[in-house]
Amino acid sequence: MRCLLPGVAVGELLVLSAPLSFWGGVDPVTGTIVDGNHPECGVKITGLILAMPHGRGSSSSATVLAEMIRIGTAPCGLILREPDQILVTAGFVANTLYGSKFVVSCGEAPEAADGMFRLDHAGLSRDKDEIGPVFDGDG
Amino acid sequence: MSPDSLLELSDRDRACLDGDLGEGAALAMGLLVAIAETEGATGFIDIEGAHIDGCLFHGQVGIDFARALVEGGATVQVPTTLNVSSLDLLHPDLYRGSTDEGEAARQLMDLHVELGCAPTWTCAPYQLPDRPKLGSQVAWGESNAIVFANSVLGARTNRYGDFADISCAVVGRAPLSGLHLDSGRRAEMLVEVRIPQSAFAHEIVFPLLGNWLGVKTGNRVAAISGLPTDTTEDNLKALGAAAASSGSTAMFHAVGLTPEASTLEECQASPDIPRLRVEMIDLIEVRGALGVGHDDPGAVSVGTPHMSAAELRQLAILVGDGKSRIPFYVNTGRDVLSSVPGSVVAAIEAFGATVVTDTCTYITPIMGAVEGPVMTNSGKWAYYAPANLGFDVVFAGLEECVKSAISGKIHLEDPFQM
Repeated sequence: MRCLLPGVAVGELLVLSAPLSFWGGVDPVTGTIVDGNHPECGVKITGLILAMPHGRGSSSSATVLAEMIRIGTAPCGLILREPDQILVTAGFVANTLYGSKFVVSCGEAPEAADGMFRLDHAGLSRDKDEIGPVFDGDG
Repeated sequence: MSPDSLLELSDRDRACLDGDLGEGAALAMGLLVAIAETEGATGFIDIEGAHIDGCLFHGQVGIDFARALVEGGATVQVPTTLNVSSLDLLHPDLYRGSTDEGEAARQLMDLHVELGCAPTWTCAPYQLPDRPKLGSQVAWGESNAIVFANSVLGARTNRYGDFADISCAVVGRAPLSGLHLDSGRRAEMLVEVRIPQSAFAHEIVFPLLGNWLGVKTGNRVAAISGLPTDTTEDNLKALGAAAASSGSTAMFHAVGLTPEASTLEECQASPDIPRLRVEMIDLIEVRGALGVGHDDPGAVSVGTPHMSAAELRQLAILVGDGKSRIPFYVNTGRDVLSSVPGSVVAAIEAFGATVVTDTCTYITPIMGAVEGPVMTNSGKWAYYAPANLGFDVVFAGLEECVKSAISGKIHLEDPFQM
């Protein structure tokens, strides 16, 4: 897994089945997916490690995601199959301005899995080191 | 920077990143390095100009970032224009949003002017006098401006969004990748337009084609063949804006029309690129999806992207001495507005239209409550307005919009109807 933006995320993992546009697709105040065409519409993404194929839609998504990190409604990290500079931009700006530790990685996410995970520059692992790194290769 | 980075920095890039040129420039360069590494760029190039979309208020973070640049001593290093904001500074009474949001929007605008950007407040910077030339390396934000710059002007820009666009401007550099390179600009597919020549007399064929193109080609560069030789810049503007709304189109070639595509051979990535064909039936389908209807219209909005001088003149002729029975909004840039004869503006205002500058009716509360569908000739407006504003849309040509406004009844006569 390739680290696009270093940081530390600890949370449950949610694997989205379709790309998500933060601008127009998420309510930044509640952290809920509101895009009626999205398969996970209605799901709250706050505090989760979010995996999705790639970003989508307007470049204003950078501001929406950065604003969500600022007010505390954002996911804590992203795993993208394809690199996306708009989402990296959001995390970089928030981390720099507000000292957050939002992390963006590029690679294959596991199938949906229960329990707590940790995502950092080394990749995705089970939290508490119970099992050790599970997805730290090149994806 | 990561230790295994392939990115090569010049001495000035390094000094900038290390803070030798000020904290604001270091913040911007740090972001550009993160973007460059994400995209796999191997270095940076000098740019000749920038166009900034990040001056539209979407949240406090925009203000915080712009203020960090200002307080860190940054100023733009290249001529830089500004996109629309949420406010019409020439007609401030048009804004119906909250006072708080209006003040925040104004703060964000002021900070960008403080950074040295020109207060152009238009989404159509290619209508300004000093536009980029063939081969110019620039960093532009605003999806319709990006696709116009690459396709119609032959200038070179990737899709720069919030934060990235102003960062390029204050550093004067952009990551060297994608559409900045010859290799990123070749057509990966050919779109053959097979519709009767007579259909091109209706200008909505261009936004319909654009919408279809965005859906079918996503973010890939396509070459389009079969457009008539008298296709105008405004036609290509409408096509590109619609494509950049329904898809992520950042560039297309129109064979025989646009500057890097005098022939298909010149612009295609290889002789055997995939071919797609678009016919009347496809455009009729798009038209249905963008909005048809027969209920009496409640309002009209035209000029997304901002109307050019030629379009304002055409509108002045179409309105004649008629009067609009319904609210009729005309979005344009302040520089274009001041460039057309006073008689043109007088005719449009006598018709009863409201001229909106510096912003646009689909991104800010100007229109208020509307009874009935809103007519527009813009593929972009038709794509975004239903979700942004909650209106039903009837998509039609400019002349049909004017006739409908005068009669108060939907008037459609184009050949792209079911």
